[in-house]
Amino acid sequence: MTATEATAEAATGRGIGSRLPRKEDARLLTGEARFVDDLAIPGALWMGMVRSPYAHARIGNVDASAALAVPGVRHVFTGADLRDAWTAAMPCAWPVTEDMKAADHWPVAVDKACYVGDIVAVVAADDRYAAVDGVDAVEVDYDPLEAVVDLEDAASDRVVIHEGLGTNRSYTWTLTPEPEAVERAFAEATHVVRERYLQQRLIPSAIEPRGVAVVPGVYGGDLTLYSATQIPHILRVMIAATCGVPEAKVRVIAPSVGGGFGSKLDVYAEDLIAVALARRLGVPTRWTEGRSENSVATIQGRGQIQDMELAADADGKLTAVRVKLLADMGAYMQLATPGIPLLGAFLYGGVYDVPAYSFECTGVFTTKTPTDAYRGAGRPEATYAIERAMESLAREVGVDAAEIRRRNYVPADRFPYDGSSGLTFDSGDYEPTLDRALELIGVRDRRAEQQRRRDAGDTKHLGLGIATYVEMCGLAPSRVLASLRYAAGGWEAATVRVLPTGTVQVVSGATPHGQGHETSWSQIVADKLGVDPDSVEVLHSDTAISPMGMDTYGSRSLPVGGVAVGMATDQVLDKARTLAAHQLECAEDDLELVEGELRVKGTPTKAMTLQAIAFEAFSAHNLPDGMEPNLIGQVTYDPPNFVFPFGTHVAVVEVDEETGSVSLLDYAAVDDCGVQVNPMIVEGQLHGGIVQGAAQALWEEAVYDDDGLLRNPTLADYCVPTAAEVPSFKLDHTVTPSPTNPLGVKGIGEAGTIVSTPTVINAIVDALAPLGITDITMPATPERVWNLIREARGEAR
Amino acid sequence: MNITLSVNGEERSTDVEPRRLLVHHLRDDLGLTGTNVGCDTSSCGACTVLMDGESVKSCTVLAVQADGRQITTIEGLAATAAGGDGEVGALHPMQRAFHEQHGLQCGFCTPGMVLAAVSLLDENPHPTEADVRLGLEGNLCRCTGYHNIVKAVLAAAGQEVPA
Repeated sequence: MTATEATAEAATGRGIGSRLPRKEDARLLTGEARFVDDLAIPGALWMGMVRSPYAHARIGNVDASAALAVPGVRHVFTGADLRDAWTAAMPCAWPVTEDMKAADHWPVAVDKACYVGDIVAVVAADDRYAAVDGVDAVEVDYDPLEAVVDLEDAASDRVVIHEGLGTNRSYTWTLTPEPEAVERAFAEATHVVRERYLQQRLIPSAIEPRGVAVVPGVYGGDLTLYSATQIPHILRVMIAATCGVPEAKVRVIAPSVGGGFGSKLDVYAEDLIAVALARRLGVPTRWTEGRSENSVATIQGRGQIQDMELAADADGKLTAVRVKLLADMGAYMQLATPGIPLLGAFLYGGVYDVPAYSFECTGVFTTKTPTDAYRGAGRPEATYAIERAMESLAREVGVDAAEIRRRNYVPADRFPYDGSSGLTFDSGDYEPTLDRALELIGVRDRRAEQQRRRDAGDTKHLGLGIATYVEMCGLAPSRVLASLRYAAGGWEAATVRVLPTGTVQVVSGATPHGQGHETSWSQIVADKLGVDPDSVEVLHSDTAISPMGMDTYGSRSLPVGGVAVGMATDQVLDKARTLAAHQLECAEDDLELVEGELRVKGTPTKAMTLQAIAFEAFSAHNLPDGMEPNLIGQVTYDPPNFVFPFGTHVAVVEVDEETGSVSLLDYAAVDDCGVQVNPMIVEGQLHGGIVQGAAQALWEEAVYDDDGLLRNPTLADYCVPTAAEVPSFKLDHTVTPSPTNPLGVKGIGEAGTIVSTPTVINAIVDALAPLGITDITMPATPERVWNLIREARGEAR
Repeated sequence: MNITLSVNGEERSTDVEPRRLLVHHLRDDLGLTGTNVGCDTSSCGACTVLMDGESVKSCTVLAVQADGRQITTIEGLAATAAGGDGEVGALHPMQRAFHEQHGLQCGFCTPGMVLAAVSLLDENPHPTEADVRLGLEGNLCRCTGYHNIVKAVLAAAGQEVPA
């Protein structure tokens, strides 16, 4: 189906494919929505965290006397005070190797702080101002130790952070299905590319900081935890596992959540501290993160040194890819920290037909905030490395950026394609996305303009960058997760109930925080049942309402959770058909679904509306023998494979050689996520993703000094882009349905972020190519670009 | 100190500490939690409200500085601003434009963004795309990439909206 056909179809309906405005919007636009900090919780104590200002220090005496004298401050607890509040240390669900080394990470540090932001003591006070005053008044003696900031320095074990482990090297994980083939390919290659890329650390910066509130049931032993989390279901399991509360007594609610991008896909110290204090004190507790606090207390993303090698024949056809990573874990393992680089492990060959493949990653501890999933998680890093290295290969071979890609794309007729990294890519047709993206950007005119400026000696250089990506998402087949040693499964649950009056309730285990699941799930159900999406209500994000779920991350919601909703709806329809056939005294096959009713083919007056069928299921007066009195479908769907969305993006930048500043002038994106349930939502995911990835290329970096201090923890100096820094985008799409699931859908949440970073850097390097510049370290700040130009010209810095 | 604010058309009189920020006064004292806090450096704009019709970041205004002033928060926008019909469930044209153009995702920056946009059009009823982008520079959004926010503001200004 072409984009135009899809648009035409969308204009006519309100089901799958329609640009239905979101059901979520009204409450968010009017202030009616409730985020964690908005909740009124009578009697709650506000918690404040005393955090280490040192990257690495022994903790001496903690003097709480001045803090306890602050009006409104009720309690101060140290790590030692709270040590027995937890039955286990903070959880890491992904021990990637059998011999992976990890130190116990307690919510409140006891002997030693291992990063700036490590919690050393907790203040509980009557209101949020008193909590802050109390934190300021706690006096802690620290004995500073040497910081470990640089990854290679960390790997050298010059200073060992966790003495008990004896090393900073946590694990080495390899994926080399055929080592000899890789060696042979490099030995026989005409062209070999060897590049080192640095993935700077990023601060996810969801605009809502984290927050948590716990209401204990003192007499029942139950507790309700409200958290700004992407993972209420996983969090409930982990609360039970670490706090000694029976899982059945724990209810976790994620109210409105203001963005996550992976940073709220975690089990955080503050969640476990809030539980511990609520249980110990028998009163509700709450905490809301400050922004500067967020920068050190919430996980960061990326943080890798990538050594990338390509082998190719004389035509520039790839024969092998070999990559070695050094990955920054930070001071401790959070929920999925060690596994994040592995999510990219299969994708360093990108969209290309790569006969031989080798991947190795070593995870090292540093005295910095832990890393974990950040939008794309492993896949942006992989895509960056291959899409940057292909530029080097193009130069080696003497062809342009588009041509080197065309020569290497996996051809459309090879799908499903068994890649040498071990994945089976479900469906793909890469080259049309390149053609269309080049057309959208007006490649001929752009190249002509670029040449005109070069000939005229213009100091404002134009650059055009291309990148094509494929990602594996829809996390994930549980058996594959098992092979990667991930502790949990990758299924998703859904229930669809038709209520006696005919309206439909959907219960989903996915946990939206901006993605619009209520709208998209309604469209899926409406499409299948022939009802209006407004008659479908989607419930989620509360473990008492939606007891089973694996939550939202890894572009999994639609290809796993949405598919589960579709399958549960099919069950409802099957049962409705059986019931209607019984009452209408016909064969099930004689019934067809038309405009929300099941009609006997050829006798349209013999029909039952869904509402009538639902009421019959409710009254149970006349059901087929053995049929249970309900109209409910319930599915737990474990996907048989990942899904593999793909596309090509093209950026046009202008680089001012006099100031080093880079302007993003124009951007075209052609993506393929299979069948689109709501193209408006798909585009929104892409817009945001593109800006987030471009921000890594141009502006964002968590800057640590040699002492391990984060130098830019505020939004005044960590440069999240504003509207003024980015252009509007030119989007189009192709539709190559996934054969993996019955809806034919693929995920789209991370795609923009995965591909826009190399797209933008490729454009900058293209602009500066006449100066002999072939690479630039991210982010490409004006200072960096200016210095690079000066160096290229042989001018002193 | 005792202060009296006109909030969304209603007189509200309260005792506050001199150091209390307007945003905490609105949220914690008056229960108007639509105004959000996203940073601690006046950078993100999630706390934007209208004070005497002009947008201000309510994290950078002390509650006592707002004494005697008229404040419009997102909860009162539809009812108190021009174009709202005051009915329960009504939307201001800017809110409607954000809905129709998909100018919001998680919605956390949205109240501040909408109020900043209302203020922008008040000052410049016929902005160009560049005017809108510069005018919203004080409000951060991490979800939308701004594309559809810009479209929404242009649509609310009655202008041709690019795809």
